[in-house]
Amino acid sequence: MIEALNISKSFGDHKVLNDVSFRFETGKCNLIIGQSGSGKTVLMKCLVGLFEIDSGNVMYDDRMFSRMSFDEMKVIRQEIGMLFQGGALFDSMTVEENIIFPLSMFTNQTTEEKRDRANFCLSRVNLVNVNKLFPSEISGGMKKRVAIARAIAMNPKYLFCDEPNSGLDPLTAIVIDNLINEITQEYNITTVINTHDMNSVIEIGDNIAYIHKGRLWWSGDKDSILRSDNPELNEFVFATELTRKLK
Amino acid sequence: MIRGFLFHIGRYTLLMKQVFKRPEKQSIYIKKILVEIDNLGLDSVGIVAFISTFMGAVLCIQMAFNIDTPLIPLYTIGFVTRQSVVLEFSPTIISLILAGKVGSRVASEIGTMRVTEQIDAIEIIGINPATYLIFPKVVACVLINPILIIMSMIMAVLGGWLAGIFTGLVSSSVYIYGIKSFFESYDIFYALVKTVVNAFLIVSIAGYHGYYTRGGALEVGASSTKGVVHSSIAIIVFNLILTQLLLA
Repeated sequence: MIEALNISKSFGDHKVLNDVSFRFETGKCNLIIGQSGSGKTVLMKCLVGLFEIDSGNVMYDDRMFSRMSFDEMKVIRQEIGMLFQGGALFDSMTVEENIIFPLSMFTNQTTEEKRDRANFCLSRVNLVNVNKLFPSEISGGMKKRVAIARAIAMNPKYLFCDEPNSGLDPLTAIVIDNLINEITQEYNITTVINTHDMNSVIEIGDNIAYIHKGRLWWSGDKDSILRSDNPELNEFVFATELTRKLK
Repeated sequence: MIRGFLFHIGRYTLLMKQVFKRPEKQSIYIKKILVEIDNLGLDSVGIVAFISTFMGAVLCIQMAFNIDTPLIPLYTIGFVTRQSVVLEFSPTIISLILAGKVGSRVASEIGTMRVTEQIDAIEIIGINPATYLIFPKVVACVLINPILIIMSMIMAVLGGWLAGIFTGLVSSSVYIYGIKSFFESYDIFYALVKTVVNAFLIVSIAGYHGYYTRGGALEVGASSTKGVVHSSIAIIVFNLILTQLLLA
């Protein structure tokens, strides 16, 4: 479980997050949703420590992450897997080397064991015969899947996904959503997904935080989001003709 | 401007503190250092040898043309060529050339990794990205640059010898006599101290600019330029400081 407690973050005079508190539960897909510029990416980067928060706390299973030194954070980070918006695969390494990289840094596994683990992770995300390819030689959807494979290589307790569906066609987006959901349930991971894709919300939104103007505006699950009477949330959720018809 | 300068000095110092933290797994870093020695050092052998040979030749010819009195012995050509090469040309001018070649490579490599979130990915995995990315490059350059500079000295002296013989300005024996004259091993020590300091400045300053790149392709280009310009300025400034400290 991850807890955000009264998090505030500013860049200069611009306050991006204002007193945000939310509990991200274990074994569930926790979604952070909101319009572009609402502060959801900043919130995620504060949760993983890529941005230093101005006030508040971030707790990882009762461990106060936000007050830790860089070296103390490194221990928790070995329990974190993260899928970046653009994949952030190491472009000078092959797919297999990308997945093996964290194993090489933190385990004493033999080359054979690391290769087996890489093959297992790749098969888990339904990828075969791509081990020797470079990231520039695979499609956008495959890159996302390789990034997921790298994120789960170390058996993480916490999985962060920053806009996992951006730039993907609807069919591939559903595949990625389902994959993340399956992995979350299978390994009982605390998964935090940052998205503005309503399909993801309807498909896998177990626990949803709606961020508006840097504040937590609404929270609930995929069933309650459609029945909410919050005007700002409704404006976001039913922004398209399709969702209005669905309602 | 002074505030900006102090800001960069402070941030650079903090980054260096991060760079020299204990590496996560030493065997990985040893491999990385060897790769960087190949990328940053051995890859520069050709250009260093080429420039040094021709600069040595030019120094020899210029010296010969400037000796227009029989009161100055001809072996002065070899002596001055050696002194110019050892004291200034190889440790400083070749370092400036390496600042262009190696500095731009380091800044653009790390800058691209920053804007494509690869550095964030390294950090999230639990690795100190400053150490992982900059430390092996610094160590590689500090180890390989002295070898490159010694090679540069040899090639420049050889270039001068070839130029002297083929133009008929000085005989082989006289040139070699000049090369051997008044030799002080301390000059080599002075040159190598400058080389090591310059190697550190090139990689650390270029790495600093790459590490703090924000934006996209244009900013990566700008970081690369800044890395080269600022490391060149630092080389020139430290050249004066070290010369005052070691030779005065």
